[in-house]
Amino acid sequence: MRTLRLGWFRIGYELRLYFRQGDSVFFTFLFPILMLSVFAVAFSTSPNIGAPPDGSGGITWAAFYVPGMVAAGMLLSGVQNLGVDIAGEKGDGTLKRLGGIPLPVFSYFCGKIGMVLASSVLQVTLLLLVARFAFNVPMPQGADKWFTFAWVFLFGVITSCVLGIALSALPRTGKSATAVVIPIVLLLQFISGVYLNFAQLPGWLQNFASIFPLKWMAQGMRAVFLPRSFEAMEPGGAWNLGLVALVMGVWLVAGLLLCRFTFRWIRRDG
Amino acid sequence: MTPMNPGAPPVLVRKLSKSYGGANAVDGVSFEIQEGETFALLGPNGAGKSTTIEILEGYRDRSSGEVSVLGADPAHAGLDWKARLGIVLQSSGESGNVTVLEQLTHFARYYPKPRSVGEVIEAVGLAGKAKTRISKLSGGQRRRVDVALGIIGRPELLFLDEPTTGFDPEARRQFWALIGQLKAEGTTILLTTHYLDEAATLADRAGVIVGGKLVDIGGIDEIGGAQAKVPIVRWRQAGVGHSQRTAEPSALAARLYAEAGGEVEALDISRPSLEDIYLNLVGAGAVADPADQEVEA
Ligand SMILES: Nc1ncnc2c1ncn2[C@@H]1O[C@H](COP(=O)(O)OP(=O)(O)O)[C@@H](O)[C@H]1O
Ligand SMILES: [Mg+2]
Repeated sequence: MRTLRLGWFRIGYELRLYFRQGDSVFFTFLFPILMLSVFAVAFSTSPNIGAPPDGSGGITWAAFYVPGMVAAGMLLSGVQNLGVDIAGEKGDGTLKRLGGIPLPVFSYFCGKIGMVLASSVLQVTLLLLVARFAFNVPMPQGADKWFTFAWVFLFGVITSCVLGIALSALPRTGKSATAVVIPIVLLLQFISGVYLNFAQLPGWLQNFASIFPLKWMAQGMRAVFLPRSFEAMEPGGAWNLGLVALVMGVWLVAGLLLCRFTFRWIRRDG
Repeated sequence: MTPMNPGAPPVLVRKLSKSYGGANAVDGVSFEIQEGETFALLGPNGAGKSTTIEILEGYRDRSSGEVSVLGADPAHAGLDWKARLGIVLQSSGESGNVTVLEQLTHFARYYPKPRSVGEVIEAVGLAGKAKTRISKLSGGQRRRVDVALGIIGRPELLFLDEPTTGFDPEARRQFWALIGQLKAEGTTILLTTHYLDEAATLADRAGVIVGGKLVDIGGIDEIGGAQAKVPIVRWRQAGVGHSQRTAEPSALAARLYAEAGGEVEALDISRPSLEDIYLNLVGAGAVADPADQEVEA
């Protein structure tokens, strides 16, 4: 009870700090929106994707990139934000101070995850508004689509957060955190169908990417935002939402276990 | 889960040692602190003060020895135990994007019966800065925030690791007054410092630590033992300075006078000040380093 109450207090505190950081955080926050804009503008004169040879129908490139950018936002808010943020707090002594007060570790995690959830809901809302009104991307119709969106989004963001917390143990200093975390998330975005059409990647790379959760987040979001006709392009010929949930679940549990056993307020010195 | 021994004094340290790699940073240190007492761990930089205090705070593991803090072993103590402590670390890590008031209000929430935020801000002399972001404060003012965060939870036992480093004399006096108040409320305090005057003003008892070893311990006026108060006679002979400690300085002076056949050059007889005693202890403990050795006649 106390743990949850303190976790709730932490969310407010973390959010306040998050939005006061300004520049550093703004880049991660706006990144998916900027990338969507870049792709939408760059391909604005290209013919629609998924159109039959006569050039009719299909969807715009902007619409095609929306699910990938939503997934990228989920990954960045969790893994990149928290991985760098917590490694930084370890480096500057913030965590050492927290380790000396009666704050449960779990409340601290709640604060971080709550902060990321709130900011990523805001982020995805902005992203979809930009997609809809700047690039004329049609939004999904029907409650079942939005239900899928809600659970894939929540599940994905929370999994990302837990993995970000686990990853924060890796950098040896706060300063090296970006150098450790960014290459990982960048690579994942390229192989998981965020920037490149997943259906066109070589089979072995598809299989490799399928180990990691981002591919499944992107797939879940494609099921929400792309028309039925695109389903056949998926590796298994189907959206496979059951598998999306399963893989994210496995990563969530693995991440929780990693956090449980590797998280320390301070680095232990022999 | 936390083993408690209710009869024990708040802090009990027996033959505590800590080595990093090969070298012993803390070597066989023993002391205890009674309830309501202020104890100073006094020593030069690198003496092992922070290592000792952070073992007691639960941050570092010990290599050997026994430690009990508020009846528990700090290496295995839980949140209830932490709620009874106040910790001011040697270096402050600060999320600078919150105001003093916000930070204290937030930290007060973790404790069962915190002090009033307003009173604490007043007590550390930051009333004029309550609405200022911590990142905009000077080093000395941030240090006061650290102290404020250390006492906000109304701790039974307060750890202060070099709390006044970076304070100007006025701030230091204010801080001393604050510690006086906490003592009056019955707080047990462990303080590390390399300022002798700070230990002399605040502490009931002090331990002098040098090179990881406790070279002396006792009431402030007992430090160094009776031997340390033996007068020193200093003089010059053929341009070379000499000094000698003796319980009969007049007799020595008379002998020198007779030997010199007249006035002795630069003759001086003095009783060691606390400062002298301390420097002597610190010098004696550092015998491993020949550069630090005092040449005694
Ligand atoms: N984490 C560490 N790893 C290795 N050596 C350390 C570490 N912390 C302290 N030391 C060494 O232990 C000795 C005592 O340090 P410390 O306890 O910080 O002294 P003080 O606080 O009295 O200045 C020093 O020689 C210091 O270099
Ligand atoms: Mg120190």
